[in-house]
Amino acid sequence: MNNNLIQYILGIADNSLILGQRLGELCGHGPSLETDIAMTNISLDLLGQTRSYYQYVAKLQGGDATEDTVAFLRLEREYKNVLLVEQPNTDFGYSIARQFLFDVFHLALLEELQNSKDETLSAIAKKSIKEVLYHVRFSSDWIRRLGDGTEESHNRIQTAINDLWIFTDELFHQTDADKAMVAEGIGVDVTHLKAGYYQKVSSILEEATLQTPTIEYFQKGGKMGIHSEHMGYILTELQYMQRTYPNMTW
Amino acid sequence: MKNWPLWEVFIRSKNGLEHRHCGSLHASDATMALENARDVYTRRMEGVSIWVVPSAQITASNPENNGETFEPAMDKAYRHPTFYELPEELKHM
Amino acid sequence: MSEQEVKNLEALFQARIDRDEKIEPKEWMPEKYRQTHIRQISQHAHSEIVGMLPEANWITRAPSLRRKVALLAKIQDEGGHGLYLYSAAETLGISREEMYEQLHSGKAKYSSIFNYPTITWADMGAVGWLVDGAAIMNQVALMGTSYGPYARAMVRICKEESFHQRQGYEILLTLCNGTPEQKAMAQDALNRWWWPSLMMFGPKDEESPNTEQSVKWKLKRKTNDELRQQFVDQTVPQANILGLTIPDDKLKWNEERKHYDFGEIDWDEFWQVVKGHGKCNKQRLEARKSAWENGTWVRDAAVAYAEKQANKEEKKAI
Repeated sequence: MNNNLIQYILGIADNSLILGQRLGELCGHGPSLETDIAMTNISLDLLGQTRSYYQYVAKLQGGDATEDTVAFLRLEREYKNVLLVEQPNTDFGYSIARQFLFDVFHLALLEELQNSKDETLSAIAKKSIKEVLYHVRFSSDWIRRLGDGTEESHNRIQTAINDLWIFTDELFHQTDADKAMVAEGIGVDVTHLKAGYYQKVSSILEEATLQTPTIEYFQKGGKMGIHSEHMGYILTELQYMQRTYPNMTW
Repeated sequence: MKNWPLWEVFIRSKNGLEHRHCGSLHASDATMALENARDVYTRRMEGVSIWVVPSAQITASNPENNGETFEPAMDKAYRHPTFYELPEELKHM
Repeated sequence: MSEQEVKNLEALFQARIDRDEKIEPKEWMPEKYRQTHIRQISQHAHSEIVGMLPEANWITRAPSLRRKVALLAKIQDEGGHGLYLYSAAETLGISREEMYEQLHSGKAKYSSIFNYPTITWADMGAVGWLVDGAAIMNQVALMGTSYGPYARAMVRICKEESFHQRQGYEILLTLCNGTPEQKAMAQDALNRWWWPSLMMFGPKDEESPNTEQSVKWKLKRKTNDELRQQFVDQTVPQANILGLTIPDDKLKWNEERKHYDFGEIDWDEFWQVVKGHGKCNKQRLEARKSAWENGTWVRDAAVAYAEKQANKEEKKAI
C-alpha cells in the first residue's frame, strides 16, 4: 500500500468533499431559485469528483475499504483539506469568495494533474477540468457582479475576500506526501502554481473594482490535519449516521 | 429594488435539429441567463446549444386576430400533395 | 362587453376545452379561469420550493456519498420544478415576486405535508416513496390539463420525477433488508408519514368546494377520493414487499369493490396543519422568507451590474 499516494489523493479529494458539503448546506436557501440550482450543480460536481478519488483510495487501501469508509470514518486529524474550504457560509458573499478563491486554484491544479503518471488520477483530472472550468466562470462572474454592483455588495464581497485571503497561501504548501509524489511524477508541484494564481485572482478582482488584499501573515494547518473550529461541526453532521449506526448498509 | 427580467430559453437537443423553446427563467443579464439555462434546462444532457432571448423582446401575433391571420390558409388544399390525383400504378412521386 | 357576449365567449371557451384544445397565454379566457389557474399553479410552485426544505434538512447528514448526491439531485429537481411552475403562472400576468409575496405573507398556501418534520434518515425514504408517490398521481393527471403552459410544465416534471419515488423506495428497501434497528426506523417513518400522505389528496369530495369547476377545466381529472383510493391500492402491495405494516387496523382488501377499505383520516389534524398549527409551518415560512430577504442585496447587485455593463456598451457604440 502506497501511503504517500493515498495521503496525496486525500489532500485533493478532501477539498472537494468538504466544499461540496458546505455548498450542500445552501440548497433551498439561495438568493434566487436559479442561483440555488446552479450552486447545487457545483456541489454535485465536487461530490462526484470526491467519489472517484475515494474509490481509488479504497482500492489502494484494499480490504473492506469503500468510498464511504474513506469519506465518513476518519478522525478529524486524518482529513487533509485546506482551511479555506471549511469556512462557513456567512453570507452569499463569503460563499462566492470561498468558491472563487478555491476554483482558480482547483483549475490550475487539475490542468497539471492531468499529466500525472498515475493514470487514474490523470483520468479523474481530465474529467473534472470541464466541470471546474465552469465553476471558475460561475464564481468569477459573481465576483464581478458583486464587486461592481451596488455599494453594499461591493463592501460585502470585499470584506469576504479580505477575511478569506489568509487561507489562500496554504493552497501552495507541500506536505511530505506531496513532495514524494512530485518526485515520482505523480503529484503536482503546487509551489509553481502560486504566481499564476495570484495574478489571475488579482486581475479578476481588479475587473470587479475590488482591492487585492495585501497581508503578510497567512493561516495554515488543514493540509496537516490541524483544522479550524468549524471542522468538528462539519464532521459531526457528515459522520452522524455512520457513527451513530456503525457497520450498517445504507 | 428591481427584479431580474424574464428570459425565454431555446435548446438544440442535438446537431441536426432546430432550437426549440423549452421554458423560461429569470436572470439579470444575458450571461447569467445562459448560465442559468444550462443549470436549469440541461441537467440531463438535454442540449448541445442554448439560445436565450429577453421575453420582453418577443413580438407575438395577437390571438384575437387568429381568424384573419391563420384561417385564410385553411382552404388552400392545392398547396398539399394530396390535392393532386395520380394514377394508382404510379408508386412514388 | 355585454353579459350575453361574455356568456357566449365562455360557452365557446368551454367547448374548446371539451374538444381537448389547449388554452394558450394571451388568448381570451374567463377571469375566473385566470385567477383559479394563478392560484393553483402558484400554490403548486410554492409546494415544490417549500418541499425542498424538509429534505434539505438531511443533505449534510446523508449516510453515504451515493445517497448524498441522489438526495441533492432530487432536491435540486424540486427547485427546477418550482421554477417551471412559476414560469407557467407568469404567463397569466403575475410576477414571481408577487407570488413570493403571497407566500411570505401567508396569503398563498402550499401542501401541508411539508409542515411535518423529517426527523430520521428513514424519512427521506418515506418522503420519496409516499409524498412523491402521492404527488405524482396528481401530476400525471394534470399532464392533460387545459392550460398549455401548465400541461407542458407537468410533462417535464413527470419525466424528471420518475427517479424521485424510486430513490425513496430504495432507501427504505435498504433499511428493511438491514439490521432490526434499521427496519424499525423504516417502520417508524411509515407510521408517521402514512396518514399525512393520505391527507395530501385534500378534503373528502363532499367537502371539496371547487371540484365541479376544476373538473370542467381539467384542473382536476379525478376527485380527491378517487386519487386517494388509487394511492392506497397502489401503495399497500409496495409496503408488503418492504415487509412494513401500514398503521391502519381498518385496512383490508374489499373483494366486492376490488379496492382496499381503509380507516378514517384525522380531519381535525388536517385542518389544524392547514391553518398553520403544524410542527414546522412557522419554520418553513421563515426559511423561505429569510432566503429571499438575505438575497435582496445579491439580486440588487446583479441588476446594478447589468445596468452598468449595458451603459458601457452603449457608450462604446457612440
